[in-house]
Amino acid sequence: MHHASRAYRWFLGLNYVILTLLALLCLFPIVNILAISFSSSDAVKAGSVTFWPVEFTLSSYKYILENQQFLNSFGTSLLRVVLGVATNLIFTILVAYPLSKEAAKFRSRTFYAWIFVFTMLFSGGLIPGYLVVKEAGLLDSIWALILPGAVPIFNVLLMLNFFRGLPKELEEAAWMDGAGHFRTLWSIYLPISLPSIATITLFAMVGHWNAWFDGMIYMKSPEGYPLATYLQSMLQQVTMIQSEMMTLEDATLLSQVSDRTTQASQIFLSVIPILLVYPFLQRYFVHGLVVGSVKG
Amino acid sequence: MRSNYRQFIRNVPLHLMILPGLIIIIVFGYIPMAGLSIAFQNFSPIAGFKNMNWVGLDNFKYLFDLPGFSQVVWNTVFISAMKIVSGLVIPVLVALLLNEVRKTGFKRTIQTVIYMPHFFSWVILAGIIVDVLSPSTGIVNMLLKAVGVEPVQFLASNEWFPYILVITDQWKEFGFGTIIYLAALTNIDKSLYEASVMDGAGRWKQTWHITLPGIRPIVILMVTLSLGNVLNGGFDQVFNLYNPLVYESGDILDTMIYRIGLQDAQYSVSTALGLIKSVVSFIFIGLGYFLAYRLANYRIF
Repeated sequence: MHHASRAYRWFLGLNYVILTLLALLCLFPIVNILAISFSSSDAVKAGSVTFWPVEFTLSSYKYILENQQFLNSFGTSLLRVVLGVATNLIFTILVAYPLSKEAAKFRSRTFYAWIFVFTMLFSGGLIPGYLVVKEAGLLDSIWALILPGAVPIFNVLLMLNFFRGLPKELEEAAWMDGAGHFRTLWSIYLPISLPSIATITLFAMVGHWNAWFDGMIYMKSPEGYPLATYLQSMLQQVTMIQSEMMTLEDATLLSQVSDRTTQASQIFLSVIPILLVYPFLQRYFVHGLVVGSVKG
Repeated sequence: MRSNYRQFIRNVPLHLMILPGLIIIIVFGYIPMAGLSIAFQNFSPIAGFKNMNWVGLDNFKYLFDLPGFSQVVWNTVFISAMKIVSGLVIPVLVALLLNEVRKTGFKRTIQTVIYMPHFFSWVILAGIIVDVLSPSTGIVNMLLKAVGVEPVQFLASNEWFPYILVITDQWKEFGFGTIIYLAALTNIDKSLYEASVMDGAGRWKQTWHITLPGIRPIVILMVTLSLGNVLNGGFDQVFNLYNPLVYESGDILDTMIYRIGLQDAQYSVSTALGLIKSVVSFIFIGLGYFLAYRLANYRIF
């Protein structure tokens, strides 16, 4: 390391370039969408927008903020995230804690663990799952979007592996002081598990915010769509038009490109919450994920 | 006896804690498994479960006779196989490159940016991709035009579509995929490198003889675990990117299950297909975990 060879210095320089390009590749589409959303639709139609807004305007954002469906869906998604994350966290922690006990101390542990893990390996699939939600009378209710995934098994595994990594002495000390399982979990385990809790919170939040398919099949009318489902239905129509556009170019092209700016701004508004949360939780999830999944 | 009883009393709170989660899992995990029985029926949503109409394996025969069924199976396996291979190679390479960076700030910035696409949904990314790849106004085709190449209709071409799926999947996931390998790289014993420098090993030799063998267990682990995904082409991605023009090359088992089930309302046929997929996937996942256990000493919990 002291005497970096000439070739190695060349490699290092190249390495910086490659990595920077990769990062730009990940950033670019977001920047592109942002630039389109702030540009006039004429400029977008002309195809002159890449990284920077052309003929800057906020008109598409004004248009969206008057769009009742967009606002409703945004509200539904916020509610879904709050209820969904709370539910996910409660279930994840309550299931992970008992499963983190040694089988010698909690004999049913292995049995329970397999019951949970098996659902990760095998599932009834789309239609039986749909029928259960329907029979449970959950169609058109926000709980149809929350209850079926209330126990995220992957997160449970992360959490239980984290719990298992905690020193045994902590628990023993708590028991000496007369604390039971609930007390130990609440006052000893949870406060020192913040990195893992942050990780599973991030995953649950992003999962709920991004989920669109369940909204599409469990909500009978578009009024109940969460934001991701609303965006999906809107963008999917465009994909259809675009594929047909190849054959009958002119007319559809015009009608479609004119609201590209609107789509771009809707896309951008819908990723803002993720962009806001991500930097705060990012430093945790790398740690939380690695501790939870790589055992060594 | 006494200690058994004491242990039971002591563990009652543990059973209580697990109970709510257990109920959820039984209702939304196990009852649907029982619902797989409609694959052997002629189920109609109107008649419901009360008037069962058993038809044996008719739904499966119907499926296998469908024209294009083998094409869908092929598409699924082909697309996921390419995703599995690229999802292994690219993150390992990127992790190796990142590992050479000594400037922490630069390294962290790059990581933050390349993890990010993982957190966007395919709905959003498909919206962006459709835009970027558009033959008339998309930036990719504008670049192609600039160097004198005819515009390509990436998302409407059966030649391109499967590869677009693989490339965009990598674009979304490679950063996140590097996390595990980076972690494995930092765990390699530093003294090995010092010793090799004493022996006159250059950077390439170090990478070849220390770094790569050092992450071999985790690579084996990731490969074996990814076996379970052989029948998952990525529903979210395909569903949001495809259109009737590319059904031929892009239709996968999950999109077919969706179309037969929820669009055509052939509940039983769709469930039969789902059952085939679940069983085969289960075998692959089981095989994957078994190999992971044998080769890398991995346990699920």
